[in-house]
Amino acid sequence: MKSPNELVAHSDREAWLPLLELASREVFEIMLGCKLETAAAVDEAVPSEFTAMVGLAGQLCGVLTMRCSAQSAALMTSRMLGIDPKQTDDHVWDAIGEVCNMIAGNFKNKLSGMGSGCMLSVPTVITGGDYTFHSLADDGSLEVRLLFEGAPIQVALEIHS
Amino acid sequence: MDKVRALIVDDSSVMRKIVERSLRQAGIDLVEVREASNGAEALGALKDSPVDLILCDINMPVMDGLEFVRQLQGVENAKGVPVVMITTEGSESHVVQALSCGARGYIRKPFTAEQVKEHVIPVLDNHK
Repeated sequence: MKSPNELVAHSDREAWLPLLELASREVFEIMLGCKLETAAAVDEAVPSEFTAMVGLAGQLCGVLTMRCSAQSAALMTSRMLGIDPKQTDDHVWDAIGEVCNMIAGNFKNKLSGMGSGCMLSVPTVITGGDYTFHSLADDGSLEVRLLFEGAPIQVALEIHS
Repeated sequence: MDKVRALIVDDSSVMRKIVERSLRQAGIDLVEVREASNGAEALGALKDSPVDLILCDINMPVMDGLEFVRQLQGVENAKGVPVVMITTEGSESHVVQALSCGARGYIRKPFTAEQVKEHVIPVLDNHK
C-alpha cells in the first residue's frame, strides 16, 4: 500500500473513498449498534439540519464533515446513550460531534503511515441548514452517502493541499 | 472483583457516559464514578480523595490527556493509579507516547465493551 504522502503526491485519492466509507460504517456499527446501508440515489439531497465538523492538520490537512437531519441526529444520540429520542436535546450536539470525531480518527488510522503526522481538532457542530459552506480546501474532496435507519447522511472530506 | 472508584476524563459528556456504561458491561463493580472534561479538571478532581482507575481521552481543550498523565506523577493521591487512554488517536507513535508518559493501557475509539474488558481488567488486576 502506498504511503499517504505518495497518495497525496499522486492525487490518488479515490483509494481513500472505500476507507472513508468503512470508517463510517465501523463507527455506526460499534458505537450505535446499527449497520449503515448504501444509498441508492446518490443525487438525493441530504438534509443539513445538523453538520458536525472535525479539522485535520499536518500531513493531511482538511475538514471532515457529517451532515444529517435533526431526526437522524436525535436517533444517533438515542442509540449512543440508550435513551428515548425525545430526551436527547441536551446531548445531540455532543453526540454527533463525537460520531464525526470517531469517523475522522478511524479514517486517519486506516491510512498507512499517517501516524501522528495528522492531528484532529475538537469537533464543531452547526445546527440549521440555512448556510453556505465555504471550504478553503483546494485539493479536492471525497464524499460518501449512506442511509442511517433509512435516512440519508453524508460524510465528506475536504482536502487542503 | 473489588469495588472500583473510577475517574473518566473526556471533553464529551456523551463519551463519558458510554465509557461508564462499557466499564459496567465489562463486569467492573463501580462504586464511584467521577467525571472531568479535561486534564486540568481531572487533576483538581483527584486532590481530595483517590481513585482506583482513570480512563482518559487524549484530544481535549485546556489540558490534553498526555499532559495530564505527565502531571499525574506529581499528585500524591494518584501515585500508582493506573491510567488507560481511550482516544481516536490510534497511531503507533501516540500509543508509545502515552505509555512512556505513564499510561498502562490504550483503547482506540470506536470501541466495544469487550475491548474495554480486555484492556482494563488486566490493568486493574496488576494494580492490586
